[in-house]
Amino acid sequence: MIANLEYATLQQIWWILCSVVGSLFLFLTFVQGGNTLLWQVAKNDVEKNLVINSLGRKWELTFTTLVLFGGALFAAFPKFYATSFGGAYWVWMLILFTFIVQAVSYEYRKKPDNFLGAKVYEIFLLINGTVGILLIGAAVGTFFTGSNFTLNLLNQMTWTNPLRGLEAAFSLFNLSLGLFLVFNARVLGGMYLLNNIDFSGMDEFQARLRKAVLINFVCALPFLLYVLVSLILMRGFSVDEAGVVSMVANKYLLNLLAMPLVLGLLLVGLVLVIVAVLITVFNGSSKGIWLAGLGTVLVGLSIFFLAGFNNTPFYPSKADLQSSLTIANASSSHYTLTAMTYVALGIPFVLAYIAYVWSKMDGKKLEAHEVVDHEGY
Amino acid sequence: MMDVDISLVNWSRAQFALTAMYHWIFVPLTLGLSFLCAMFESIYVRTGNEKWKALTRFWMTLFGINFAIGVATGIILEFEFGTNWSNYSWMVGDIFGAPLAVEGIFAFFLEATFFAVMFFGWNRVSKGFHLFSTWMVAIGSNLSALWILVANAWMQYPVGMAFNPETARFEMENFWTVLFSPVAMSKFTHATSSGFVLAALFVVAISSWYLLKGRHVDMAKKSIIVASVFGLLGSIFVAFTGDEAAFENAQHQPMKLAAYEGLYKGENNAGLIALGVINSAKKPGDQQSPFFFELKFPGLLSLLANRRVGSFVPGINDLVYGNKEQKIMGVAEKMKIGQQAVADLALFKQARKEKNDVVAAEALSRFTANKHYLGYGYLMTPEQAVPPVSISFYSFHIMVVLGMFFPLLFIVYLYFTLKGNIGEQRWLLPIGVVSFFLGHVAGQAGWAVAEVGRQPWAIQGLLPVNVATTNIAVGHVQTTFFMFLGVFTLLLIAEIKIMMKQISIGPEGI
Ligand code: HDD
Ligand code: HEM
Ligand code: HEM
Repeated sequence: MIANLEYATLQQIWWILCSVVGSLFLFLTFVQGGNTLLWQVAKNDVEKNLVINSLGRKWELTFTTLVLFGGALFAAFPKFYATSFGGAYWVWMLILFTFIVQAVSYEYRKKPDNFLGAKVYEIFLLINGTVGILLIGAAVGTFFTGSNFTLNLLNQMTWTNPLRGLEAAFSLFNLSLGLFLVFNARVLGGMYLLNNIDFSGMDEFQARLRKAVLINFVCALPFLLYVLVSLILMRGFSVDEAGVVSMVANKYLLNLLAMPLVLGLLLVGLVLVIVAVLITVFNGSSKGIWLAGLGTVLVGLSIFFLAGFNNTPFYPSKADLQSSLTIANASSSHYTLTAMTYVALGIPFVLAYIAYVWSKMDGKKLEAHEVVDHEGY
Repeated sequence: MMDVDISLVNWSRAQFALTAMYHWIFVPLTLGLSFLCAMFESIYVRTGNEKWKALTRFWMTLFGINFAIGVATGIILEFEFGTNWSNYSWMVGDIFGAPLAVEGIFAFFLEATFFAVMFFGWNRVSKGFHLFSTWMVAIGSNLSALWILVANAWMQYPVGMAFNPETARFEMENFWTVLFSPVAMSKFTHATSSGFVLAALFVVAISSWYLLKGRHVDMAKKSIIVASVFGLLGSIFVAFTGDEAAFENAQHQPMKLAAYEGLYKGENNAGLIALGVINSAKKPGDQQSPFFFELKFPGLLSLLANRRVGSFVPGINDLVYGNKEQKIMGVAEKMKIGQQAVADLALFKQARKEKNDVVAAEALSRFTANKHYLGYGYLMTPEQAVPPVSISFYSFHIMVVLGMFFPLLFIVYLYFTLKGNIGEQRWLLPIGVVSFFLGHVAGQAGWAVAEVGRQPWAIQGLLPVNVATTNIAVGHVQTTFFMFLGVFTLLLIAEIKIMMKQISIGPEGI
C-alpha cells in the first residue's frame, strides 16, 4: 500500500510525522520547565533532590526526541535542514549548547569531586530551561515571520543577515512565542512533579508546586494571547499552483477557516491545558500533566499544520519570497519518503515499549528516601 | 558556484574533527562496557552471588558517567551536518538523512528507555526484567553505531543512488544497497569491535590498579577474567575486520590506501611497511625518496590489497598523473570531464529557468555522459586529490602496531589469571593500566586514517569539502570552534575527576 502512495501524499504524511515529533517534544519540555522551577519550589536539599531526581529520570526521553526531530527533518525535508541550520547558525548553536550542558548535569551534580560544583550544574539546568526553550520558540516563530535567505539555482543558501539567525529573537512575535513556551514548560514541569513524587509529609512542598503552576499559567497567558491575535491579524506567506510565493493578508486566519480540523485542534488543546490547570490548582488533582500534555501536543500540531498546509510555505524567506520552502519543494525524493514510511511503521512499537517500561517504572511514586541513597543522582 | 574561503573550509573541518574526536572518546567505551555490564549482570543472575551484583553496579556507575557525556557530544554532531555542511546536507540529505532518522527511531530510544531501568530500576522491576534492560542498552548502543557507520560508509563509497539534475542533488535508489554495502559492513564490525577492545582495556586497567594497590582484589580478578576473554575475542576480530577495511579501501579508495602506506610509485609486488619515517617534504611527482627509513614485508601489500600475490597496487603518482599501462585515468583528465559536467549542470539549470527546452536537453545529455566525475570538476589542481600523507601514514601504522599488541596483552592476562597469580605480576599490571590510553590512541588514529585519508572528499569522488561547507563568515565558525573546545574540555575534566573519585571509592562491600 505504501508503495503506491503519491508523492504529494507522502510529503504530507511526513509533515504530519515531523509535527507529531515536534509537538511531543514540546510536551516533554516539562523536563526543562521543571528544571527552572527548582529555585522556586524546593526549599531544602531533600526537596531539591526530589525535583532533580524525578526530572533526571526523564531527561533522556526529551533529549532523544529532540535528536529524532532533527533526524526526521533531515531525512524528510533536507532542504529545510540545510537552509535553516546552516543559515540561522547561532540560534541552533546556542540551543545545542544549552542541551549539551544539560545532558551531564543530572549525573554530575551530586557526584563527589565534580570539578564545577553542584551550583554550576544547577545553573546549566536553568539555562537550558530558559534560554534553550526561548530560542526554540523563536526558531519556530520564523515559520510565520520568515527568515533572511536566498537560494540559487543549485539550492545553495546565502543568508542575508549578518546576525546569522539571532535576528529571529528580535521580533516581538517570535519572542512572545518563545516566552509562552518557557512558561508553558514550567506549568507542565510543575504538573509532572505533582504526579511523580510521593509527597507524604511534605504538604508545603506540594502546595508550592500547585501555586507555581497557577503563577506560571497566568504569566503564559499574555504571550499566548499576543501570539494568537498576531497570527489572526498578520499578513502571511502563500504559494500558488505554479509555485509562486506571495504575501496574503490574514493568511493564517484563512488557513484556520479553510482547515476547521486545525482550528479544532487548537481550541481543544487550549481548553485541555486550561482544564488541567484548574483541576491541579483547585481540585488537588495530580493528573493534570496528562491533560495539559495532550493539550500541548494538540496546540503544537495546530501550529505546525498552520505553517505547512493549505498552500503555505513553512519556512518562508523575507529576503526573496521565491526562495521560500514548502513541503513540496523541500522534501526528499519519492523513493526516500516511501522507504522512510516503511521504517515509520515501527514507531507505534517504539511508543508501546516506552509506555510499557515507564508504566512499570512509575507505578510507585518517587519517595524521599530513594534520592538520598546511592541510587539517586 | 560560490567562491569559498579556504580558511572557512579548514575551520569547518577542524570543528567537525574536534567534536567527532570528543564523541569518540566516550562512544567506544559505551559500546563495549554496555556488553560487559550485561555479562557481569548475567553471571549475577545465574549465580545469585551478591558479589557479582556489587561488581556489576560498580561498572555501571562508571558506564553512566561516561554515557551522559557521550550523549552530550553526540547531539552536536548530528546538527553540525546542517550548521556547517549545509550544501552537503542538501546534496546528500536524501540518502544520508535516512540512516540518521532510523537511528533516532530505533536505536536511541531503545538505549534511552532501558538506560533508565538499568540505573533506577533495581528496586522497581524484577531481576529478570532488569537484566533484559541491560542487554537492551547494549544492543541499542551498538545499533546506534550501525546506522551512523552506514552513513559514514556511504560517504566513503557512495552506492545505491543517482544524481538528479532537476533538484541538483543525489537521490536514493536502493535502501538495501546503502545498508548492506560491503564498506558499511566492514566499518560497522571494525568500529564496534574496536569499542569492545577499548572497554576491555578499561576494565583491565582499573582492575590492575586495584591489584597494584591491593584493594578490592577479589572483584578485580573476577572482572579481569571476563574482560580479558571479551577483549581477546574482540581484538582478534578487530584485526580481521581491519584487514577487510584495508581491502575495501584498495577497491574503492585506492588513494587513501596509497597515502597511508606512503606508496608513491605503484608496484606489482608491493611491500607492506612495518616501520618507517616519512619524508614530509616529498611531493607527488618529484624525485625525492618518500621515506628516510623504512622496513618492509616484501609483497605483502599486494596480497592484502587485492588478495592476489604479485598484483598491482597503484601509488599516489599513478592515481594523480595516470598510468596508461594499468589503465588508470589521471586526475587532470577527470577534472576536465568534471568541469564540463559542472558547466553543463549550470547551463541546464539556467535553461530550465528560462524555459529553453532545446538547450536544456542538450546540456542534460552532455551532463549525463560526464557526471561520474562531477566532483573532480571542483578541484583546482590534480595534486589537491592527495590527502595529507604523513598523518595518514603514522595514524595507520600506530593503529596496526597496537592492533598486534592488544591480543598479546589479553593472552598474557588470561594466562596469569588462570594460573591464579595475576596479582603478583608487578611488571604486567602497570602495562595493563597504560594500555587503556593506548586503546584510545588506536581508536583516534583509526578515525584519522578513515577521515583524513579521504580528503579532499566529503563524498568520495563526488563532492569535495570546499563545495560541501555552509556559506558563512569564518569568524562565526572560529567562535563556535573555541566554544566547543572550552565546553567539551571543561566537561571532560569534570568527567575524569568524577571517574577517578568513583574508582578510588571503589565498589561497595567487595
Ligand atoms: C582499538 C582500536 C583499533 C585497533 C586496535 C585497530 N583499529 Fe582500525 N580502526 C579503528 C580502531 C582500531 C576505528 C576507530 O574503529 C576505525 C576508524 C573508522 C572505522 O571504521 O574504524 C578504524 C579504521 C581502520 C581503517 C580505515 C577504514 C576506512 O577508511 O574506512 C583501516 C584500513 C583499519 N582500521 C585497519 C586496521 C588494521 C589492519 C588493524 C590491525 C590489527 C586495526 N585497524 C586495528
Ligand atoms: C558524525 C557522526 C555521528 C553523529 C551525528 C552522532 C550522533 C549522536 C547523537 C545525536 C547521540 C545522542 C543520542 C541520544 O540522544 O541518546 C549520539 C550518541 C551515541 N553515538 Fe553518536 N554520532 C556520531 C558518531 C558515532 C559513531 C561513529 C558511533 C559508533 C561507532 C556512535 C555511537 C553512539 C553511541 C553508542 C551513542 C550513545 C551515547 C554514548 O555512547 O555515550 N556515534 N550520537
Ligand atoms: C566519531 C568518530 C569520528 C571521528 C573521530 C572523525 C574524525 C574526523 C576528522 C578528523 C575529520 C577531519 C578530516 C580533515 O578535514 O582532515 C572529519 C571530517 C568529517 N567527518 Fe568524520 N569522524 C568520525 C565519524 C564520522 C561519521 C560517523 C561521519 C558521518 C556519518 C563523519 C562525517 C564527517 C564529515 C561530514 C566530515 C567533514 C567533511 C570532511 O572533512 O571530509 N565522521 N571527521
